[in-house]
Amino acid sequence: MTDDEGLAPANPGVIKGLHEMSESRNPLRDPRDRRIPRVAGPCVLVMFGVTGDLARKKLMPAIYDLANRGLLPPGFSFVGFARRDWEDEDFAQLTYRAVKEYARTPFRDAVWQQLSEGVRFVSGSFDDDEAFDQLASCVMRLDEERGTGGNYAFYLSIPPGQFPTVVQQLKRSGLSDPSAGGWRRVVIEKPFGHDLASARELNDILEEVFPPDAVFRIDHYLGKETVQNILALRFANEMYEPIWNRGYVDHVQITMAEDIGIGGRAGYYDGIGAARDVIQNHLLQLLALVAMEEPVAFDADSLRMEKEKVLSAVRLPADIAEGTARGQYSAGWQGGRQVHGFLEEDGIPPDSRTETYAALRLGVDTRRWAGVPFYLRAGKRLPRRMTEIALIFQRAPHLPFSATDTEELGQNALVIRIQPDEGITVRFGSKVPGTAMEVRDVNMDFAYGESFTESSPEAYERLLLDVLIGDPPLFPRQAEVELGWRILDPVEDFWASRTKPDQYPAGTAGPPSADALMARDNRAWRRL
Amino acid sequence: MTIDLTDTSTGAIHEALTQARRRMGGPASGTVLTLIIVTDESEQYDAVRAASQAGREHPSRILAVITRRPKGESRLDAEIRVGETGPGETILLRMYGPLGQHADSVVAPLLAPDVPVVTWWPDEAPSAPGGDPLGAVAQRRVTDAAASETPKDMLLTLAKAYKPGDTDLSWTRATSWRSLLAATLDQPYPELLRGEVLAEPGNPSADLIAAWLGQRLDLDVRRGESGGPGITEVNFETPDGKVALSRPDGRNATLSWPGRPERRVALHRRDTAELVAEELRRLEPDEVYAETLRALAAGVGSSAP
Repeated sequence: MTDDEGLAPANPGVIKGLHEMSESRNPLRDPRDRRIPRVAGPCVLVMFGVTGDLARKKLMPAIYDLANRGLLPPGFSFVGFARRDWEDEDFAQLTYRAVKEYARTPFRDAVWQQLSEGVRFVSGSFDDDEAFDQLASCVMRLDEERGTGGNYAFYLSIPPGQFPTVVQQLKRSGLSDPSAGGWRRVVIEKPFGHDLASARELNDILEEVFPPDAVFRIDHYLGKETVQNILALRFANEMYEPIWNRGYVDHVQITMAEDIGIGGRAGYYDGIGAARDVIQNHLLQLLALVAMEEPVAFDADSLRMEKEKVLSAVRLPADIAEGTARGQYSAGWQGGRQVHGFLEEDGIPPDSRTETYAALRLGVDTRRWAGVPFYLRAGKRLPRRMTEIALIFQRAPHLPFSATDTEELGQNALVIRIQPDEGITVRFGSKVPGTAMEVRDVNMDFAYGESFTESSPEAYERLLLDVLIGDPPLFPRQAEVELGWRILDPVEDFWASRTKPDQYPAGTAGPPSADALMARDNRAWRRL
Repeated sequence: MTIDLTDTSTGAIHEALTQARRRMGGPASGTVLTLIIVTDESEQYDAVRAASQAGREHPSRILAVITRRPKGESRLDAEIRVGETGPGETILLRMYGPLGQHADSVVAPLLAPDVPVVTWWPDEAPSAPGGDPLGAVAQRRVTDAAASETPKDMLLTLAKAYKPGDTDLSWTRATSWRSLLAATLDQPYPELLRGEVLAEPGNPSADLIAAWLGQRLDLDVRRGESGGPGITEVNFETPDGKVALSRPDGRNATLSWPGRPERRVALHRRDTAELVAEELRRLEPDEVYAETLRALAAGVGSSAP
């Protein structure tokens, strides 16, 4: 599990190069012309798994929103593939309902009419050769009828177990083979495996058919405005970067709390758990963005290089038992409602050892971060839904006030709130009005929704558009995925060797062992 | 809440604003710019409404400068609206008498600190926006040639007086056409022999698109007339035939290309709020607009039929 040669080779940046070339060829495009948005070229989006929640609630509305904002090309076509006895109209109807209900931008009939002309459906199961041949002829017809130019993106919104079948079918039917001038891209969602070995296996399956730079791994967190703003905050400003290091930062807490339980995802969640579900991807990506060095440019290669560098410097605690904690929610009251415990959920075996809460302390072995612990925690059925990154600063080295004046003064903190209520909070000490000198913590708040649009694009809108344009900066590549598993695998192995996770009542902030983990370092979690 | 102040001063307006904000729990803390709207009583409603809608994307302090009865006594009336139509705050400033000539003295103390200033003339604009006292305080000056009686002459006037930061809503209206045209030429295209922009008479956006195409493509571009609505077609003559983007109904456009299937795309006309929101998105000088105006003044894109 420690061999190093398996990491993916450096991305040659082919896609970016092509993109630049076409821009310089087009005299109507000018980098100074900031009004003209990036618009995808002619293409077909083929989606597998169209009946899933994600497709209906996020992907279809995102496609409509892109069309509504004028970012899809003339003739854009959308093909669904599923084992349903449907005609094109039935699928268009499903898409219509999804768009009506979930689209972010106002519904316009003209936009929908125009979009629906390009909606097609192919019925069949994934092992049905004939269905894939039909799919192939369907997209080729679209090329002729609608001028989509032989450019296809395949969105695999399906369980990873079905990837091999679908990918092989794409190969067999010739769909994956880029014709002269056209491109092929494949889009996959997490989970990217459940450990290093399975992640590689999955990648081998994909890369047998698609070249590495045609594989787009969607981590929807990276499409969020606030997450992209971490880079702007750090590298476009002068006032943060000088204190963004061990000289000033005491520790960092990265939290992803959910108030919901596992809902209908029992089949997926059992055996996966909180660490594999969100820490390996979302939380480690956030850690990478917070801890990485400045990239030389804001392009895919430079960004990924820095992220990989810092992820490869992440170290687990020497004693995993002391530096990690895990828990399972038990029955309790969450948000005013009585809820089941994890082991009583439908589809979860009563002896399941899957954790619904995981916390770990990581170190980053670089000059910038030596000795600064990064505490990551993720859990379900916690008091509220919240994702944030908090940099907690050291106390002032000297306080020229009497001890009673500053009794209520805590540590300064800079908090990046990812969701909900996106924004940034700075906590610092301020004098309490009055005659006596008394210093107390106050918050200064920047809320995204207040300073910018109420309608900032959904993460999926941004990411789908980037796939269709072929712009890779926001997509993790295989090396990052593998580095994530390298960090997590020893913890999972250790947990597997132990007995059951600790219980915590639903609606509380996690198991006592997680608090003990912080207490050993004389620290405490931020209140949820 | 709405606060009416009659015969007042900027100091009193400030105080009323601060109090209103305290009572509302500070709803305007995230203001990103000050938007000055120079208008009159008959047009102010639509302009302020559009600006407030755009304010959802860009929370602003909106200062509507309304001149009334220039011959009467000097007087300043203010109507303050906080927390009603979304984020930000709106102040309608009605200036009577000679005060109307010194609107900048009222506006200057009311600009939100530290954030950029944009001035917008929704109707008739001064012939030199940058030289106008209310334009001089702003880093972005938005005019609308389409509101003028002779739109094309207005563009030529604006071209003469251009200062970095000037922009015009007729240019903003051209954005969706321009981005579709740019996307069209992203794919390999045949040699372009000449171009044509068809629109209803007196459509300044069409004049600008013609000049832009002529200048960027170094091409003979004719500005032709059609029945509308708005711009109806842009086409290029090529050795293989005609490449055309046409929109007869103001909603959906069709791209036709010799030897290829026709492709349709939604291309709707946008309302003023959307235009203002686009205008406020970027506040640096629009160099492409400047070049296009210059080209228009030099006669590019106006070749005779």
